[in-house]
Amino acid sequence: MSTPFYVSPEQLMKDRADFARKGISRGRSVVAVQYAEGILFASENPSAALHKVSEIYDRIAFAAVGRYNEFENLRIAGVRLADMRGYAYDRRDVTGRGLANAYAQTLGTIFSSGGEKPYEVEIFVGEIGDSAEDDQLYRLTYDGQVADEHGYAVMGGAADVVGGYLKEHYTAGLDLEGALAVAVAALGHTESDDRVIPVEDLEVAVLDRTRSQPRKFLRLVPARLGPLLGERGTPTHAPDDLNEADHADADRADADADNEPPIAP
Amino acid sequence: MAPGTSSFADFLSTEAPDLLPGRPKDRQSLPAGSAADLAPHGTTIVAATFDGGVVMAGDRRATMGNVIAQRDIQKVFPADEFSAVGIAGAAGLAVEMVRLFQTELEHYEKIEGTTLSLDGKANRLAALIRGNLGMAMQGLAVVPLFAGFDLDKGLGRIFSYDVTGGRYEETSFHSVGSGSMFARGALKKLYRDGLDEGGAVEAVVQALYDAADDDSATGGPDLTRRIFPVVHILTAAGGRRLPDGDVAAVADRVVAGRMTRPDGPHAELEGGR
Repeated sequence: MSTPFYVSPEQLMKDRADFARKGISRGRSVVAVQYAEGILFASENPSAALHKVSEIYDRIAFAAVGRYNEFENLRIAGVRLADMRGYAYDRRDVTGRGLANAYAQTLGTIFSSGGEKPYEVEIFVGEIGDSAEDDQLYRLTYDGQVADEHGYAVMGGAADVVGGYLKEHYTAGLDLEGALAVAVAALGHTESDDRVIPVEDLEVAVLDRTRSQPRKFLRLVPARLGPLLGERGTPTHAPDDLNEADHADADRADADADNEPPIAP
Repeated sequence: MAPGTSSFADFLSTEAPDLLPGRPKDRQSLPAGSAADLAPHGTTIVAATFDGGVVMAGDRRATMGNVIAQRDIQKVFPADEFSAVGIAGAAGLAVEMVRLFQTELEHYEKIEGTTLSLDGKANRLAALIRGNLGMAMQGLAVVPLFAGFDLDKGLGRIFSYDVTGGRYEETSFHSVGSGSMFARGALKKLYRDGLDEGGAVEAVVQALYDAADDDSATGGPDLTRRIFPVVHILTAAGGRRLPDGDVAAVADRVVAGRMTRPDGPHAELEGGR
């Protein structure tokens, strides 16, 4: 029997972090923007069925990038946690902070346990309060780190470029149209040029505190998005190599695409 | 984190069974005998369909034996956007079951990204009632009435239940609870095909008045305290609770009519006599 190679803990963690980061950077970005009436989440997602942004509870939403099966797991766990807490106590006792902590513990445990591969996901947990000052936006990374974001946040593939655009153009206290315009423009922004993303390729949802129902989560369907966005010029679909879930994997030179579960585009 | 059920009740029964209504941790420890007089009981719920929807109404009284336990209890609740559930029987268990049912529907919607069909909702409610059979046999039965707008068929539908979880679809109108036989009798004479929303609301308020007239456990319109039935209307546009002011107007009209005709509007005999 041969002696296993020694790998220092630093190296082990670095390798795992690199692995997770590489997986996350292959998907498209998700943008969260705080505006006067709540929080808006936007992403370029040609699939109308596989959502990246979802409702967790009355005032809490979830958005994710990375491996679909992994963040879907996290989403369902979140819905169960929220519904169980709301049922056992009261609807008001379900908080975004509690949910973010639960996610942080789950992701952290998986990241540092030797047995499992780290999750290749990054998630947002957004919660709205009675006024814009009470809104919370948490960003959780693959290793269980939690960051409290203010104004806007970006995660996923081109996070730096998209984040750079938002840093320049975002202002606090926008209305829905303004927040949507800046978020969608940021998603279409690359270093070389600005692309107009077709309305049907957009996945947009809001937590809107002005809704009369207790459940404040609302998906903005293309029929609603078109008029909200107004005239934007000629839309262009994303380059083909990123359009399909399978292609995103085929793109990888370093992975055996056949054995990989699909990642959300 | 394993993939699992979309049903919240099933999830609870594995993760936290003690949270389910009527299922204490140690089922064996329930003492034998009737607990019927220990808890308040809700009474009469009526529902009637009309062109384009269904209306459900419940009186506001809860009784404990011969005592009125509460005058303004709410016994009709929205189950989700397109359905409502009214409860008769042991009030505490019933309210808890409604909370579980509401969570169940919302949970499914969030996990699956789509709503259950109206029949699916009705079947889930049947399963929840069946889980309460042990308590029912000790006098704490919960018998709901379920009504909703079926988006696929484009009409309002009503489902009734028995304590064993039997589910029965009703046509046109139905009533449950201690005053139900009087309410149903009234609706037999008042209901007709082609009623509009306002007509259906008036018919159920009349029926509740008749139930309260003959059943001591059903509360009539409380004119001094201004407590009136809870009325939910479900249409293609969703469900809503009729504002108290609107119910008050209908109830005042019904009561005014009874001042001259205490037995209510009269139905015609054959030949228009």
